[in-house]
Amino acid sequence: MTSLPAPAKKKLGLVIDLDICVGCHACAVACKEWNDGGDFGPLPDDDPYGSEPHGVWFNRVHSYEVTGTGNREQGTEERTSPLAAGRQSPVPDETAALPLPVSRSPLPAPQMVHFPRSCLHCETPDCVTVCPTGASYKRAEDGIVLVDQDKCIGCQLCAWACPYGAREIALPHPKSPTSDKGRKDSKRGTMQKCTLCVDRIYNETLDERDRQPACVMACPTRARMFGDLGDPDSDVSKVVAEREGFALMPEFGYRPVNRYLPPRPRRDGATVQATATVAEDTLDAEQLPPLLRWLDKALSR
Amino acid sequence: MKPALSVIFFTVLSGTGYGLWCLLGAALAAGIYPFAGTGVLVPLIFGFVLVTAGLLASTMHLGRPGRAWRALSQWRSSWLSREGIASLVTYLPMLAVGWLAFMGATATGTRIAGALLALCALATILCTANIYRSLKTIAAWRTRQVLTLYFMFALLSGGLWLWAWLALTAGMAISLAFPLALLALAVVAAIIKVDHWKQVDAMPANTAGHATGLENFGRVRAFEGPVTEESYLTREMAFALARKHSARLRRIAIVLFAFVPALGIVIALPSGATWIAPIAALAAIAGLFVERWLFFAEARHAVAAYFPQREP
Repeated sequence: MTSLPAPAKKKLGLVIDLDICVGCHACAVACKEWNDGGDFGPLPDDDPYGSEPHGVWFNRVHSYEVTGTGNREQGTEERTSPLAAGRQSPVPDETAALPLPVSRSPLPAPQMVHFPRSCLHCETPDCVTVCPTGASYKRAEDGIVLVDQDKCIGCQLCAWACPYGAREIALPHPKSPTSDKGRKDSKRGTMQKCTLCVDRIYNETLDERDRQPACVMACPTRARMFGDLGDPDSDVSKVVAEREGFALMPEFGYRPVNRYLPPRPRRDGATVQATATVAEDTLDAEQLPPLLRWLDKALSR
Repeated sequence: MKPALSVIFFTVLSGTGYGLWCLLGAALAAGIYPFAGTGVLVPLIFGFVLVTAGLLASTMHLGRPGRAWRALSQWRSSWLSREGIASLVTYLPMLAVGWLAFMGATATGTRIAGALLALCALATILCTANIYRSLKTIAAWRTRQVLTLYFMFALLSGGLWLWAWLALTAGMAISLAFPLALLALAVVAAIIKVDHWKQVDAMPANTAGHATGLENFGRVRAFEGPVTEESYLTREMAFALARKHSARLRRIAIVLFAFVPALGIVIALPSGATWIAPIAALAAIAGLFVERWLFFAEARHAVAAYFPQREP
């Protein structure tokens, strides 16, 4: 049944911190690995060892250059401070004698923001309602959006209805020598998408701390968090409230569950120096050894 | 959007077939259709070939065509499911009209069957158009004109075939009002289509900043895609080839589906040159193939904004 279930209390989803994601693609690789071997595997590749290896990935990491996050407090004034200010090597070398490069850009330095993109497990998604077969469905108990691989006819309308690019179909690659065999594989010709590792998070054969999506387990910077976004007291809901986490393209009305935490403003050279001065001023003289305390007193005069 | 041939064949051929059935059914219901028996069966069967060929072509778009029957289950929410049901239901009044024509049965029965055929054909065209119109992610398909154009193109293309059949069997003099109505339809459809294209051109494309929500933090440029290779998303949704040739293709489409049939009607009516009618019908169907190719190829999907923009 592809009509949406009544809104559930439980909304399992991910929170992705764009401030600390380093774009290492570990989440994407871990996702591919788990879903190639888990209950939903194998996750098909069109042409894995050929010249055009077009495979299905549930999770893909994009990189964006964002200009303006760096020094919002300073606007876009011309910056003439040396780029390497405050970061000079303590060991003098020949290059130290050369003049430091000076940025005359009217814009602040751009920041790279890495952006993992996967299914947002929306509350009212069209990918479910457009499905003609009932293969695409939203679980009433926890809100996970899944595709029943035994019912999907591969019409791709759900992928067309998704503005987040969460769905990819597994079609046999025309050049792949295994394409004929692949057609018989139950995974071929059907729509694939993130399952929120439904075969991990409820898996009682796994250690309790491992009952999390593979992407969350793999993230080396803890930029990905998993939890119940329907519960305002959950850790994920708290961090979303604290950091003003946002949903993607809300105007479609699909009400995504996943949230992204915004990148924090970066400090440029001038800001670094300013904070360093502040730190010096708050030096607690009482904590210093007697000789230094005297020195501090003498020099502060 | 990638213009898949299967879907282009489906919408153009089935649309033409349903347009033909709709007009034939309406004429039978109104009691103004000049023939009975074979005169009904030939256009009816021609419509059957078009509709069935289109529906079979649409299954080629499926990853698992063998499971196509499952698409009939979700009529409560899915326009594709409704289209599947409507297309199959339409075969019933079509068979009834055919059987009555074959048996030479009563006028009342033919009228009722004809009316049902016309209504079912219209319902199917409505469902087909709504499959595309219901996708919020493709702004070019959300406009008012899309629904109107699907109806007009089906009636124009199917109508020209019906006119060709009438003209070839009974001469040009049998009906003047019908080809003149088709002439008006061709002109109005062309005007609405041009209006639609203008509206599509004026639509702002989705941006990386908006798609990622990062526009609130600065100016955003898609620096790097997730993989160096193409993926399903870039091949299917970020299709950019059409923009390069779109102006020329649009002119070709308008000339073929509107100008050639209109000119054909203007020449054929006074001269009585019946051979022009099938040529006009062929031109219209060819024009609609180009129009439908552009309908897909020019439509921008919201997801394309996530990827670094490639020049067409």
